Amino acid sequence: MVQKLDRLKETPSQTAGPYVHIGATPNWVEITGVWNEDLGLVLVAPETKGERIIVKGRIFDGSGTPLKDALVEIWQADAQGLYNSPQEKRGKADPHFTGWGRQPTDGTTGEYKFETIKPGRVPYKESRLMAPHITFWIVARGINIGLHTRMYFGDEEKANGECPVLARIEHKVRVPTLIASRSEENGMPTYTFDIHLQGEKETVFFDI
Amino acid sequence: MSDQGSFYQRDRSWHPPAFTPQYKTSILRSPQYPLLSLENTISELTGPVFGHDKLGPLDNDLIRNFAKTGDAIGQRIIVYGRVLDENARPVPGALVEFWQANAGGRYRHKKETYLAPLDPNFGGCGRVITDEEGRYWIRTIKPGAYPWPNGVNDWRPAHIHFSVFGHAFAQRLISQLYFEGDPMIWQCPIVSTIPDKQAIERLIAALDRENTLPMDALAYKFDIVLRGRRSTMFENRMEGN
Ligand SMILES: [Fe+2]
Repeated sequence: MVQKLDRLKETPSQTAGPYVHIGATPNWVEITGVWNEDLGLVLVAPETKGERIIVKGRIFDGSGTPLKDALVEIWQADAQGLYNSPQEKRGKADPHFTGWGRQPTDGTTGEYKFETIKPGRVPYKESRLMAPHITFWIVARGINIGLHTRMYFGDEEKANGECPVLARIEHKVRVPTLIASRSEENGMPTYTFDIHLQGEKETVFFDI
Repeated sequence: MSDQGSFYQRDRSWHPPAFTPQYKTSILRSPQYPLLSLENTISELTGPVFGHDKLGPLDNDLIRNFAKTGDAIGQRIIVYGRVLDENARPVPGALVEFWQANAGGRYRHKKETYLAPLDPNFGGCGRVITDEEGRYWIRTIKPGAYPWPNGVNDWRPAHIHFSVFGHAFAQRLISQLYFEGDPMIWQCPIVSTIPDKQAIERLIAALDRENTLPMDALAYKFDIVLRGRRSTMFENRMEGN
């Protein structure tokens, strides 16, 4: 027998199921008085630095129907491109911006919506920069393991063109699935990022 | 040193695949293109952390944290264990969230229609942050099995859903805990999305009579393993290529 590696296997994933909100956003399903507030609903405080934006969209299944029972988490850098995380060694992130958000998709329309700020660019390897982006993690009934993807910004064409991660997408026709279009809604810059689980417009998901 | 490198790639043959026809909802919700495999970047090597100040004293006690007129009804249990990484090192400061049905198998959710009654003293959510050695524990009641629309007579085994935040977004995980000795585990179309029996067994909590709370609650031990990281000495060498 050779020596043992003594490594453990990761706990296998199971679907979050239809009632993920009970654990993640209990107040949203009217389980009140247990937590004061649901975690991740608010990303931005008055002191937060950076351009205020809305990020919204829907998640479509293979029949084109929006998911009304999904949970979306986002993780992003602050306006300077720093993450509010102990693992961030490059500097101190804006203390008024957590960078993490969590929202259910609406039970009727299927829309999710975050009020956040536009993140700065962060480095890839060898100090090349990635384009500004927001990491997404999506769970729902019928999704056996959480789906990782990224949202990029439609008004960052130059940065997107240089992004080493977008460059890794072999089928260039799929790159636009990661790019949110910018519009103005109620005086707020609004990025719409629809996610397609299947079909011609299937979003690029990451194993990362 | 070993807290700096990228994470070991997920073993996708150990986790359930996206497309699992016996679990019908997965059919239209499973991506069909291959995932884009990438080395971690700083966007995945970082992640949110949650301070102990976020938690209240009853957050890990599902028997009492929603109680109105008395304790929740059901078989009283403790679930305890550690959160580790694949290098078998403890993960301190990990937020673990739990949600479950009541003793009759009924969830407190506006879209839930099962005829079993709600328990007015049971909300069904709990959470805990692991200590310096990665340990956690909660007190709850054993959830009931419940029927669900998939086949005409499919039932979920008793289970507790859980969600874990480690130190990095790459470690984000949601799964379900089952109970030792439950024959329903092996009849469930959701459990069987996991191809490997050994992997399924990793989701089955062990009855632990030695840690029973005398005259109060049975104990189940349940360890959780998150992705582990490479050593930086290898990582540095890799950068030369
Ligand atoms: Fe469940």
